[in-house]
Amino acid sequence: MAGDLRALVRALRRALPEESVLSGKDDLKPYECDGLAAYRALPGAVCLPRTRDEVAAVLRLCHQADIPVVARGAGTGLSGGALPLAGGVLLSLARLNRILEIDPLNRVARVEPGVRNLAVSEAAARHGLFYAPDPSSQVACTIGGNVAENSGGVHCLKYGLTVHNLLGLTVLDAAGEVMEIGTGALDSPGLDLLALMTGSEGLLGVVVEARLRLLPRPDRVRVLLAAFASVEAAGDAVGRIIAAGIVPAGLELMDSLAIQAAEAFVHAGYPLDAAAILLCELDGAPAEIAETEERVGAVLHAAGATHIHSAEEPAERARLWAGRKAAFPAVGRLSPDYYCMDGTIPRFRLPEVLAEIARLSERYGLAVANVFHAGDGNLHPLILYDAGRPGDLERAEAFGRDILALCVAVGGVITGEHGVGVEKLDSMCAQFGPSELAQFHAVKAACDPSGLLNPGKAVPTLHRCAEFGAMHVHAGTLPFPELERF
Amino acid sequence: MTMGADRTDDLRARVAAAAENGAPLAIRGGGTKDFFGGPITGEPLEMSGHRGILAYRPTELVLTARAGTPLAEIEAVLARSGQYLPFEPPRFASAGSASDSTNKGACAPGGTLGGAVASGLSGPRRPYAGAVRDYLLGVTVLTGRAEILRFGGEVVKNVAGYDLFRPMAGAMGSLGVLLDVSLKVLPVPPARRSFAFALDGGAAILAANRIAGRPLPVTGAVHDGGRLILRLEGSAAALDKALPLLEEMAGPAMPMDDDGAFWTAIRDHTHPFFAGDAPLWRLSVAPAAAPLPWHGPQMVDWGGAQRWLRGEADVGEMRRMAMAAGGHATLFRGPDRARAFQPPAPAVAALNGRLRAAFDPAGIFNRGRLGEV
Repeated sequence: MAGDLRALVRALRRALPEESVLSGKDDLKPYECDGLAAYRALPGAVCLPRTRDEVAAVLRLCHQADIPVVARGAGTGLSGGALPLAGGVLLSLARLNRILEIDPLNRVARVEPGVRNLAVSEAAARHGLFYAPDPSSQVACTIGGNVAENSGGVHCLKYGLTVHNLLGLTVLDAAGEVMEIGTGALDSPGLDLLALMTGSEGLLGVVVEARLRLLPRPDRVRVLLAAFASVEAAGDAVGRIIAAGIVPAGLELMDSLAIQAAEAFVHAGYPLDAAAILLCELDGAPAEIAETEERVGAVLHAAGATHIHSAEEPAERARLWAGRKAAFPAVGRLSPDYYCMDGTIPRFRLPEVLAEIARLSERYGLAVANVFHAGDGNLHPLILYDAGRPGDLERAEAFGRDILALCVAVGGVITGEHGVGVEKLDSMCAQFGPSELAQFHAVKAACDPSGLLNPGKAVPTLHRCAEFGAMHVHAGTLPFPELERF
Repeated sequence: MTMGADRTDDLRARVAAAAENGAPLAIRGGGTKDFFGGPITGEPLEMSGHRGILAYRPTELVLTARAGTPLAEIEAVLARSGQYLPFEPPRFASAGSASDSTNKGACAPGGTLGGAVASGLSGPRRPYAGAVRDYLLGVTVLTGRAEILRFGGEVVKNVAGYDLFRPMAGAMGSLGVLLDVSLKVLPVPPARRSFAFALDGGAAILAANRIAGRPLPVTGAVHDGGRLILRLEGSAAALDKALPLLEEMAGPAMPMDDDGAFWTAIRDHTHPFFAGDAPLWRLSVAPAAAPLPWHGPQMVDWGGAQRWLRGEADVGEMRRMAMAAGGHATLFRGPDRARAFQPPAPAVAALNGRLRAAFDPAGIFNRGRLGEV
């Protein structure tokens, strides 16, 4: 393949401006990993096209040379979805970063894939509109990456995931052929390819344009902070709020370790003596918020909140959220390394799952900070470890796999918003049986017959799962036999 | 949880036999949407016996039921907990043709859950609250290989594997037989009120879209020829505050009595506009697209994004008109059923075909229902 690669790089240099093709070792280095830095590989070449036509040219040439392509946005992904393939081409879409149109009357933003998530809301703000999905990395992460991962964020409890806020995509297949998916309307004829493409982790096509749904900015926003004497009580309060018929804009939980870390890092004003806090954001018309706040307050008190604080001023709200949004790097300061998990569970299993994670933490001898989208049941346990200590990474990964197996055992899933990438390939074997995996591979073959788009990610081979299963189901015992199954 | 019956084994055996012989099957729930989509060939595969709610925990806002469960049963169970299906699936009357009469006993009045998902149809709340696909969390599907596969789940955030559950919405059964379906549900809004504004079509579409760009609790916007009718839902206090703002943008408001019946009639096509045998066209367009050049009766729904037209017309012309307005045209009810759906562009149509073959290699399910797609 190496010979082919050299010929391909020459062809790419002819098709693209000189500075748009990198192949020197030092130039390739910055692209060797994404946000999951534990996995690294040096690509054969990096292409940085500026236009859709240049992207098509790169794909066409790679297709002709039979060399795989990994698409990449800002590289903030947490599952290794943009991990390069040694000897393959890394296709950066970062330079396709134009907001092409904001149509305030139809409430649509037409953007290139390299546009940063936050830039869309900033551009729409003067029309009183915003783009709802807001992953914590929104200052850096790009729309193309958001589509590939079906990103969520703190507000998806009320406003949905990327898939709910997309109206159309322009996608190139592995041969560089263009496909318009979706129309200017709310639906389109045929199968819902928009849903299929969203979250497909760059294996089914390369997005070169996205049409995003814009929503009106709420009149009024209020953030409630409630402190609890135990994580279980906070988890229970989450279920009670939803049960009361209230759907907050966001409902986030942080445990003691996460609180301490965030407080030391950004001084958000969190109560350091709390075992857990809930951040509950309410938005809407002023009259509605006042009414809802009263109801939420009553529920929180009944659930045992020891302290409730309400923030309405933008600066104070921003401060409360700053602690949450900076929680990952804040926890990162506590430990040389951390490993972020991303399972989703039915909300009513929260208290027992948190208790089980605490037990696992003791068994593995690795600390865990919990900071997560509680309203969605989307957990983000952060496992603290030291990659410099022999065996620590392996233990952290085994601990992580146990957490994901626990999520599956209680009726949940192994990834809520970060994607499978390379990281959760083994856990996919716990989630799906051979027939489902075979169906995924058949869909991949239907969209990408050449198999050149991000091969080896997202869906494990049946062979890999057979080996993984042989390793993990000892003597026919399932993990977590004590838990009730659904 | 409720009276149910599991017909999985029978259904699987039927599909396995059909796949072996390459014999087409026509999947049928309540039979209330028999008129919709391309003409279908194949032995009926009746789903209405495969019914029952499998899981419903109101605090989780998730319901799972077998596909043949009547929508009416599901909505009644939800209503007892103050919850509902926000996408307002239409409940059409049974076709009642002579050939149907023998099946009447098996028909579910108002349709089944599986039919609601497979048809992908959503009511007037769609632009404000989302479509059926936006509430779909998971499915169990019987493929053309007679395999039973589970995609998605009962949680709202799930990106494990490709999304093979949302594409079931609107697939018209072409990817497989839905066995059970998990949906996200929501609490019923505490208050509802509707108002009419005397506006012509162009002014109504403009007003509805300007209003949709403001944080107002609007959940329905229909133009019936002479009036823009807006539905507001939310807390009573919020509805009171919203009215002056709406009047600022749309003129004086006339409160509507018995508005629940109006919205149900729009949803279920029992409004007089939908009566009679004249062809019914559905044009799904950009919401703010200018009024369409159509001289027959017209009803605007979805705040402008869905335009219903009545009358004879050339299919090609309707499709061109829809495309010029940013969308596509469907012959919703009418004689030329083979051309009911507008075909996508060739590259997209080819991918549709390959995907269907990936689920149903022998092409046994609902052959012809998606038309030229």
